[in-house]
Amino acid sequence: MQTSAVFSNRWLPYALLAPQLIITGVFFFWPAFEAVKQSLYMSDPFGLSMQFVGTENFEYLFKDSYYRTSFVTTAIFSTLVTISSLSVALLLAVLVDRVIKGSGAYRSILIWPYAIAPAVAGVLWLFMFNPSIGVASYYLKLMGYEWNHVLNGGEAMFLVVVASAWKQISYNFLFFLAGLQSIPGSVIEAAAIDGAGFWKRFRTIVFPLLSPTTFFLVVVNIIYAFFETFAVIHTITSGGPQQSTTILVYKVFTDGFVSQDLGSSAAQSVVLLILVGLLTIVQFKYIERKVHY
Amino acid sequence: MSNMVQKQGVGIFFSHMLILFGIAIILFPIYLAFIASTHEQAALVTPPMPLLPGDHFWTNYKEALGSGVNVPVWTMLINSMVMSLGITIGKIVISLLSAFAIVYFNFRFKMFFFWMIFLTLMLPVEVRIVPTYQVIANFGMLNSYSGLIFPLIASATATFLFRQVFMSMPNELVEAAKVDGAGPMKFFWDILIPISKTNIAALFVILFIYGWNQYLWPLLITTEPEMNTIVMGIKQMFPSGDDIPNWPVIMATAILAMLPPILVIIFMQRLFVKGLVDSEK
Repeated sequence: MQTSAVFSNRWLPYALLAPQLIITGVFFFWPAFEAVKQSLYMSDPFGLSMQFVGTENFEYLFKDSYYRTSFVTTAIFSTLVTISSLSVALLLAVLVDRVIKGSGAYRSILIWPYAIAPAVAGVLWLFMFNPSIGVASYYLKLMGYEWNHVLNGGEAMFLVVVASAWKQISYNFLFFLAGLQSIPGSVIEAAAIDGAGFWKRFRTIVFPLLSPTTFFLVVVNIIYAFFETFAVIHTITSGGPQQSTTILVYKVFTDGFVSQDLGSSAAQSVVLLILVGLLTIVQFKYIERKVHY
Repeated sequence: MSNMVQKQGVGIFFSHMLILFGIAIILFPIYLAFIASTHEQAALVTPPMPLLPGDHFWTNYKEALGSGVNVPVWTMLINSMVMSLGITIGKIVISLLSAFAIVYFNFRFKMFFFWMIFLTLMLPVEVRIVPTYQVIANFGMLNSYSGLIFPLIASATATFLFRQVFMSMPNELVEAAKVDGAGPMKFFWDILIPISKTNIAALFVILFIYGWNQYLWPLLITTEPEMNTIVMGIKQMFPSGDDIPNWPVIMATAILAMLPPILVIIFMQRLFVKGLVDSEK
């Protein structure tokens, strides 16, 4: 990062960095430090006194069957979101890459869901699947299926997965399309001349060449499913029924703000912090070669 | 791809059909929301709801914008605009300044500061919800624009992006500026900023959408309806308990909430795609 031509000034660089550093210090590091601190203390119900309890909050946390269930829920949820969103996006990208004519127009429409806030996506899907007035639940009923995600945990999970995956299709589609378009035409042609059909070419050449894109997208989608889907869950199910859609981030929120259990909420924050740390490291391992320090 | 691979006419036709089918499914929720926003409540609560536009467009949007449910949607739109522009401009300004410092100066603790900014990537607001809320509450910044904006304007991603841009500039630029006797800030304003214009614009588009779509943070710190943003305010429009939601107004609000970012994507598509790819480095 050393540019040979630099300015020299004793205080200017610090002044330039100051706004960023003040914001990160006050709103990132101090709260993170507080989270770690609070996770080691237990406060009385009135918040008047704090008592140092060591790792007790964490022990309680991992003994709590709701918390362990929430881990499983998060794993199922993010796996489903990632797989469904990636496969639909890949299918669309392959098709759009193939047709050439009209691909620009298709692309401009397929990126719309990216613009839509997760909370709004939640409201749209909630409206379609509302048990009493939704269009989808109406037609499901005609076909003999009684839809009620308010009571049925599996249906609730299905709905939050679909709404979350739907929103992420645009993003995945754009990156897959870019990946496909960067594959040299000559490679595909050579395979075609050798008599490889579309599927064979896809399995043996295209998909392997796409694997860096796929890997990158898997990480991005997992991070998305972990954190940014909070709004989808809050608008559609509020974590229910019976906590069947309570992912980890949602639980930090309910324990911290709804039931005001600060020690436990802080301990959960610390666990999440470690998870994000790991995910970020994985992400950067992948793009390392592009970031030169 | 060459024509040789493209030749299967039936396959191509089939592909078009599949894409159109996919687009129809993907756009259906948006279409349905729009349809719902043009009908009166009675038409929506007796299933199946109509699938073609009704004649209550003006009434519904006027009701939403003018009175809404808890607060006029108009107020929430203004709040959203202030918040997202504040976040966008704030992030861009502080990132430009820090990237400039990191690339063009040598100073003590440079690497330390660099890693400090890097670490913020690992601290999304979702994992430090309660303590950040406490900090804001201590500063008396609940229900204020500064409380909505400041905690979100640090940006490692934007800083790295501008750092890459600056590092790719030829050294001769600085040399020339020095020969001309230009100080660092003059160089920054007159040369660096104009050269980085496209990058700034692309990032602006992405960050605007990011800011507009924020949910959790506004939900925590705006307890007064007058400070609600439109994206978080929609959920507040649903009644608690068994009352029937005012669907036409809620759906009109949903359409209004998605309109600004969708317009941005439609009219600045090239910048949007560039910004998306850039910010992933």
